[in-house]
Amino acid sequence: MLKQYSFEKTAVQTFPDNVSLAMRTENLQVFYGANHAMHDADLGFPKNQITALIGASGSGKSTYLRSLNRMNDNIATVTGKIWYHGVDINEPNVNIYEIRRHIGMVFQRPNPFAKSIRENIVYALKANGIKGKAELEERVETSLKGAALWDEVKDSLDKSALALSGGQQQRLCIARSIAMEPDVLLLDEPCSALDPISTVKVEETLLELQKKYSIIIVTHNMQQAARVSSQCAFFHLGHVMEYTPTATMFSNPQIPVTQDYISGSFG
Amino acid sequence: MEQTNFQLKKQDAQSHEWDARLHRATRATRKDWIGRGISYLCIGVIILVVASMLWFITSKGIATFTQNHVSLWKFLSGTNWAPDQGNIGALPMIVGSFAVTFAAAIVATPFAVGTAIFMTEISPNKGRKVLQPVIELLVGIPSVVYGFIGLAVVVPFMRHLVGGSGFGIISATFVLFVMVLPTITTMTVDSLRAVPRHYKEASLALGATRWQTVSRVILRSATPGILTAVIFGMARAFGEALAVQMVIGNAAIMPKNLISPASTLTSQLTTGIGDTIDGTLPNNALWSLALILLLMSLFFNALVRFIAKRGQLKNGR
Ligand SMILES: Nc1ncnc2c1ncn2[C@@H]1O[C@H](COP(=O)(O)OP(=O)(O)OP(=O)(O)O)[C@@H](O)[C@H]1O
Ligand SMILES: [Mg+2]
Repeated sequence: MLKQYSFEKTAVQTFPDNVSLAMRTENLQVFYGANHAMHDADLGFPKNQITALIGASGSGKSTYLRSLNRMNDNIATVTGKIWYHGVDINEPNVNIYEIRRHIGMVFQRPNPFAKSIRENIVYALKANGIKGKAELEERVETSLKGAALWDEVKDSLDKSALALSGGQQQRLCIARSIAMEPDVLLLDEPCSALDPISTVKVEETLLELQKKYSIIIVTHNMQQAARVSSQCAFFHLGHVMEYTPTATMFSNPQIPVTQDYISGSFG
Repeated sequence: MEQTNFQLKKQDAQSHEWDARLHRATRATRKDWIGRGISYLCIGVIILVVASMLWFITSKGIATFTQNHVSLWKFLSGTNWAPDQGNIGALPMIVGSFAVTFAAAIVATPFAVGTAIFMTEISPNKGRKVLQPVIELLVGIPSVVYGFIGLAVVVPFMRHLVGGSGFGIISATFVLFVMVLPTITTMTVDSLRAVPRHYKEASLALGATRWQTVSRVILRSATPGILTAVIFGMARAFGEALAVQMVIGNAAIMPKNLISPASTLTSQLTTGIGDTIDGTLPNNALWSLALILLLMSLFFNALVRFIAKRGQLKNGR
């Protein structure tokens, strides 16, 4: 039996006006048909920081994350507001392709295309109308460097991406996303399919990337959340229960449900 | 020491007992044997039937060259087909077969791929509920019905449209187009559905449009499957006898255009098979046509395997 926790008692931080936010959601709710998978999420994501979303399986982390760049279109009904540069991008008439250019996403399973390493990166650029050969070359190099993959693949850019190791594939997926020069990078458990060494590499990459991008990462690994994130949100059964600076969350959780989850005595 | 020895002996005796128990036949092992025996028997029979068919067609097919001393080159390049008079030029039928096959495949493929994209990407619900049953129905219609419709509708229509008799390659192409369309469509649908979902998600998350995703990711990764579908369609068109025979006009002459009567390997076979005597040149010549059909179907098979292998390499599996 799962212990019952009150959804009334939450501890969700808001940010003062002088903190500039990359994105913010207001009353975000998500429904899969009749399944109310996300209730009233009000979260702000500070610029150039890493925010971790943690919580048990099925608590709605992916559901929330996928709503942020409208990947839930045609899959779920998303209500509420998603503020990005002062625009509510949850309105039906915004250009979702443009949104996804600025808000990139990396998935749990490394999912490079069955194309060469170079083609994987060039694909998205071409799809967005970037054509010049020199510019493409340059973006391939900078994005691979940004994802800390350049040194490992610079001599084999025309090899199939599927020949890379899982960790390299995932960094290629990150490179592919940052080649578009987005503002925000969403990552859904990017390390869950990786070994510890590849995980460290990806984490180092993220810490480096936060200088340029605002990052939101879903993770099941609490050490990982502690290592990389500045802010941490705890999800429980479709509710955001606690959102505090990571240091606070792990040393001094505010409410019982978070305490139990972090100490491992959940449920 | 003594004691160890004793123990060893006891163990030996025990393991002997186990040895016997674990090796003896039981109901379960006997059932295994029977099952295996039956399946080997079936496989053996099938292999025997296939092998003797291959041998039969081949030996009959090459008799034209070994017994009647027709040169292979003349057979393949000659344009005069009159076996009664000893003229065995099969080129008109070869050309006819390839012409209708390629024409039907070229016309059908865009329709098939378009329909398949509609069924998988644009409107999966309608695709499953409306189009799928329609296509399955089309697959099940016997070819004589297609031929009959061709004869009753297509041929008069062509006669009206372009003059002449209405029989010819273009009518055959049209009938074959309708016949291979469902084959190519269903197999293309399968290969589109088999494209991993995460390719699509990755592409959309990069800001690619739905159309870009379909054309550059989904179609590309499904290409080996689509090629296979087209080849199966071509194999069906190449081997179709009855429907083609009913609309092509069956004139064993080099086709000069698309609207004059022509013939294919299959239509010539079905037309000629009744009037020849076993062992004579006209009969052997027909077997040679059959041999070409057999070789072509082997070729189509090899092509499909080759594509499957290449596809696996490309996808790094
Ligand atoms: N595509 C979908 N269609 C219908 N329901 C879904 C879909 N995706 C998720 N759900 C439901 O939404 C709820 C939240 O799922 P979600 O995938 O967001 O959880 P999660 O926190 O990401 O879990 P995990 O840690 O296992 O990835 C679950 O009840 C799940 O069944
Ligand atoms: Mg998830």
